[in-house]
Amino acid sequence: MAEQALTGYKKWMEGVGEQGVFFSRFFRNIFTGGFEWSEFVRQCYEIGYKSFMLVGLTSFIMGLVLILQLRPSMVDMGAESMLPKTLAVSFIREMGPVITAIICAGKIASSIGAELGSMKVTEQIDAMEVSGANPMQYLVVTRILATTIMVPILALMGDVIGLFGGFLALNFTDDISFSLYFHKCISSLEFIDFLPALVKTMFFGFAIGFVGCYKGFHSDKGTESVGLAANSAVVTASLWIFVIDAFAVQVTSILFYR
Amino acid sequence: MEEQVKHNGEQKRTPNEVVVDIEHISKSFGDNEVLKDISLKVKRGENVVVLGKSGQGKSVTIQCIVGLLNPDEGVVKVFGDVVADMGDKQLKALRTKVGFLFQSGALYDSMTVRENLEFPLTRVLKMKDKAEIDQRVEEVLEGVGLLDAIDKMPSDLSGGMRKRVGLARTMIVKPEIMLYDEPTTGLDPITSREISELILNMQKKYKTSSIIITHDMECAKITGDRVVIMNDGEYIAEGSFDELQSSDDELVRSFFNETT
Ligand SMILES: Nc1ncnc2c1ncn2[C@@H]1O[C@H](COP(=O)(O)OP(=O)(O)O)[C@@H](O)[C@H]1O
Ligand SMILES: [Mg+2]
Repeated sequence: MAEQALTGYKKWMEGVGEQGVFFSRFFRNIFTGGFEWSEFVRQCYEIGYKSFMLVGLTSFIMGLVLILQLRPSMVDMGAESMLPKTLAVSFIREMGPVITAIICAGKIASSIGAELGSMKVTEQIDAMEVSGANPMQYLVVTRILATTIMVPILALMGDVIGLFGGFLALNFTDDISFSLYFHKCISSLEFIDFLPALVKTMFFGFAIGFVGCYKGFHSDKGTESVGLAANSAVVTASLWIFVIDAFAVQVTSILFYR
Repeated sequence: MEEQVKHNGEQKRTPNEVVVDIEHISKSFGDNEVLKDISLKVKRGENVVVLGKSGQGKSVTIQCIVGLLNPDEGVVKVFGDVVADMGDKQLKALRTKVGFLFQSGALYDSMTVRENLEFPLTRVLKMKDKAEIDQRVEEVLEGVGLLDAIDKMPSDLSGGMRKRVGLARTMIVKPEIMLYDEPTTGLDPITSREISELILNMQKKYKTSSIIITHDMECAKITGDRVVIMNDGEYIAEGSFDELQSSDDELVRSFFNETT
C-alpha cells in the first residue's frame, strides 16, 4: 500500500519535472530565431476555424438561457431593468472565458494531443529531430502561441454572441431595442471587467496548448497511446482551466476590488 | 551549406578513416538490459549490414549514433567526436551529416511529398532560393523514380513509395553517413530488391558510409560490404556475406537457413 503510494508520488514528481523541462525548452525556443510564421498563422486559422461555430453556438444558448432563468426572480425583486447588466457582467467576467476555454480544451487540446501523439508514434518527431531540424520550434512553439492568442479572441467573440442571445431572450417578453440593450450592457462594464478576463483567457489558451503539446510529445510509442494522449490532454487541460480560474478570481479581487 | 563544405575540407579523407566508432556500449531500460557490449567500426564508403532477430536492440544502437539515445556505458564517436558530449549546436551539425531512414519512412503526413523534401532544405540547410530548392527536390525524386508523386500526400502512397520518399528526404541533404532501419521490411520481394539496389546506388553516387539493419538476406547480400550478426545484445559474428553463410557456427548459419 504505502509502497504503491510512494511510487505513484514518485511518478507524479517525475511528471512535474518533465513538464518543467518541457516548459523551459518551449520558452528558450521562442527566442532562438527562425520563428515559423507560416505554420503559426496556419495554426491560428485552424484553431479559430475549428472552434468558432461551437463556441458561438454554446455562448448564444448560454446567454439566452441565463436571461430566461434570471428573469422571474429579477422581476420579483423589481430589478428587471438590471437584466442586461447582470448578464453582461457575468458573461464578460466568467461565463464567456470559461465556456470558450472548456470547449477549446475538448476540441483543440485533444486534437493537438492526438496529432503530436501520432507524429510521435510514427516517428515523425524523431525524424525531424534527427534531420537537424527543430520540432520544438516547428510544432510546439507555434501551437502554444497560437492557442494563447486565439482563445482570448474566441472568448471575446463568444461574449458578443452570448450577449446577443440574451437580447433575443429578453425580446421574447419585453420589447427592448437593440441599441438600448447594448448600451445598457456596455455602460455597466468597466475596464477592470475586461482586463482580468483577457489575461485569464490568455492563461487558459496557454494551458490548452501546453498540455496538448506536452501530452502528445511525451506519449508512448504504441498505437493506443495516441488516444490516451488526446484523452488525458482534455482532462488535464480542463482541470487546469478551473484551477487557473480559481486563482484568477483571488488575484483579481486583491488587485481591483479592495 | 558553406559551413558543411568547410568542414569537409578539414577532414582527412584517408581511405581507411573510421567515421563511426562504437566502443563497448551498453544500454538498459529499467530492468531490460538491451545492449550488453557492442563495438563496431564503420569506415568511409563502407556498407555494414547488421543482422539480428527483432527486439535485440538494433534500432537502439543506431539511435545512439545520432544522439536520440545515449549509452549507459561506453562511447560512440562520429568523425572522431564523442556524441554524448556534444552541445546542441554540435549535435545539430552532426545530424546534418548523418541521414537516418526510419522503418516506417516517417513522412510528415500533414505535408505533400514536395513539402516533405523541402523541409530539410529550408529548415536545416537554410536554403532560400526557390529555383535551387525546386531543382534539388526534383533531382532527388527522379533518383528514386517518384517524380510523378511530387504533389501527392503521404497517405496516398503505398508502403514502398513511402520508403522511397523517406529515402529521398534523407538523401536530399547529401549526408556522409546513412543509417537505414529495416529499409525493406514489410515490402514485397520485388520492391525490396528495388530498394536494396537504390541503397547500393546511393552509396556509389554519393560515396556514403552506411549501416543497414535488416532481416532480409537478399538486401544484406546486395548492399553489404561487411555483415555483423547481433544476438542477445552482443555481436556474435562478423565477416563478408559469403563467409558467414558458410560459417561453422550453427546460430550464425541459422540466419541464412531461415529464409532460403
Ligand atoms: N525509448 C525506449 N524506451 C524504453 N525501451 C525501449 C526504447 N527503445 C527500445 N526499447 C526496448 O529495447 C528493446 C530493443 O528494441 P529495438 O532496438 O527497437 O529492437 P530491434 O532490434 O528490433 O530494432 C525492446 O525490448 C524495446 O522495448
Ligand atoms: Mg528496430
